[in-house]
Amino acid sequence: MPSRAPDRTPVIVGIGVSDYPKAPHLDGVQHHVLAAQRAIADCGIAKAEIDGYVNAGGGGGMMVDDAVTMAEYLRISHRYIDGTMTGGSSFEFHVQHLASAIRDGACDTALVTYGSDQLSRMGRRLGTGGFQRAGQRVAGPVQYEVPYGNSLVGSYAMHAQRHMYEFGTTSEQLAEIAVGVREYASLNPNAIYREPITVDDVVSSRMVADPLHKLDCCAITDGGGAFIMTTAERARDLAQPPVYVLGAAGAQTHWNVSQQPDFTSSAGSQAAPIAFGQAGLTHDDVDMLMFYDSFTITCLILLESLGFVPKGEGGPFVAEGNLKRGGQWPLNTDGGGLSSCHPGMRGIFLIIEAARQLRGQGGEAQVPDCSVALAAGSGGWLSCIGVAILGKDAPS
Amino acid sequence: MTTHEVQTGEEWTKPLPKPDFVNAEYWQAAADGRLLIQECPSCGHRQWYPRALCTACAADTEWLECSGRGTVHTFTVIRQFGMKPFRDALPYVIAMIDLEEGPRIMGDIPDGDVDAVTIGMPVEVFFTKAADDIGIPRWRPATE
Repeated sequence: MPSRAPDRTPVIVGIGVSDYPKAPHLDGVQHHVLAAQRAIADCGIAKAEIDGYVNAGGGGGMMVDDAVTMAEYLRISHRYIDGTMTGGSSFEFHVQHLASAIRDGACDTALVTYGSDQLSRMGRRLGTGGFQRAGQRVAGPVQYEVPYGNSLVGSYAMHAQRHMYEFGTTSEQLAEIAVGVREYASLNPNAIYREPITVDDVVSSRMVADPLHKLDCCAITDGGGAFIMTTAERARDLAQPPVYVLGAAGAQTHWNVSQQPDFTSSAGSQAAPIAFGQAGLTHDDVDMLMFYDSFTITCLILLESLGFVPKGEGGPFVAEGNLKRGGQWPLNTDGGGLSSCHPGMRGIFLIIEAARQLRGQGGEAQVPDCSVALAAGSGGWLSCIGVAILGKDAPS
Repeated sequence: MTTHEVQTGEEWTKPLPKPDFVNAEYWQAAADGRLLIQECPSCGHRQWYPRALCTACAADTEWLECSGRGTVHTFTVIRQFGMKPFRDALPYVIAMIDLEEGPRIMGDIPDGDVDAVTIGMPVEVFFTKAADDIGIPRWRPATE
């Protein structure tokens, strides 16, 4: 028999989520652990085979649930470790890094984990609370922002305000995104909000930071996730069909919102062409989208800056229902951060749900004939955008 | 030299910046009623916030005093905030201001009707003295 080089095409083979949306019985570390246990069980790989570990940290901080602490806790003898933290998009950057690492042989099988007990520990103050005490002197670039009392919601609201000003985008158009994602949440028994909503419900909900209403904003939940990447070769005799990484890229325009160069766009405009180029695919090849829906405006700006629609045309496009169930690009089939699960840094769930759909395990929410999914994470304040294009079939 | 109003007398209870080697002059100038940005003597690039290098060419930078005039690039009205003292000041306006000199700066528009703020509105700077060495740049509708 002729010898054959092992197929080192990077694939996702195991996925797991911990308990959500509210899990007062778990702390952040336990969310990492439970999700990891479930991802390992999902694909049936031996824990001892894991030789790569990736973790952006969670809510626990250094020495609690960061990469090296958790590598010790889980006792993973890694030869490849990555603690890249780009906010909620970290996990799309992880896919990018691991695709290279696995191809190059820096590791064979890597585990990525995330966990946060944010809802149980902190309540809902993340979006509209400060982190600095009154009178406290704050160092670093945030010192130019903290005296004013901006909120996380306010930072995204300034994007929405500018988008409306430049392109005539309306609150009703943004609301369509929340309505569509909620329909998927109604199919997810674990989603924090499952009651169907209307555009009117969204625009008549309390204004949090103009022009974003309460229902334009993501939920705050507990939760954790994990996924395992390995080679296509190793995936052959595992319990789950492999999901292929066809393209993965990331880019950054700024970190703090005060340095956002364009309040109507994102670094997705740099990352997406790279990812599509690697995959050899176009937007029309994509069957479903997993976007970081921290806010409705986040999805709209991702949609445009990733090139799915021309800049400024996102509002009318979403109002036509194109991102809803049965539409051209169904969005956030697990119910998203808007209605299902948003434990601080949601990006890992984009990968997990995309994989579930590509395996055909989406249940009632399954997108028919789903062979290509695009996950786009947004970290910070539309600062760091990571794009992963995943496929059911091996790249040709 | 353009000196703008510096409001004093009220105790600053909000979080404060922390002056360091690079930005101490920026905060001190604001306490004295002057708004500074940085300009690169080598390539001419202008930037805010203050840094130890020109972000375009990596040279050392110099200070440039601004006119204190700009326009609202974008803004939001914060209507919910979980912590004092901001919670007690709701609703209030956070804005990004395009300076006449080019760079964009974050600030607030603390006085007047929050619903009267619009994108493109001309604004001018004033300062609140938050400590002996710190002035906070803030904005109001331009008078001229």
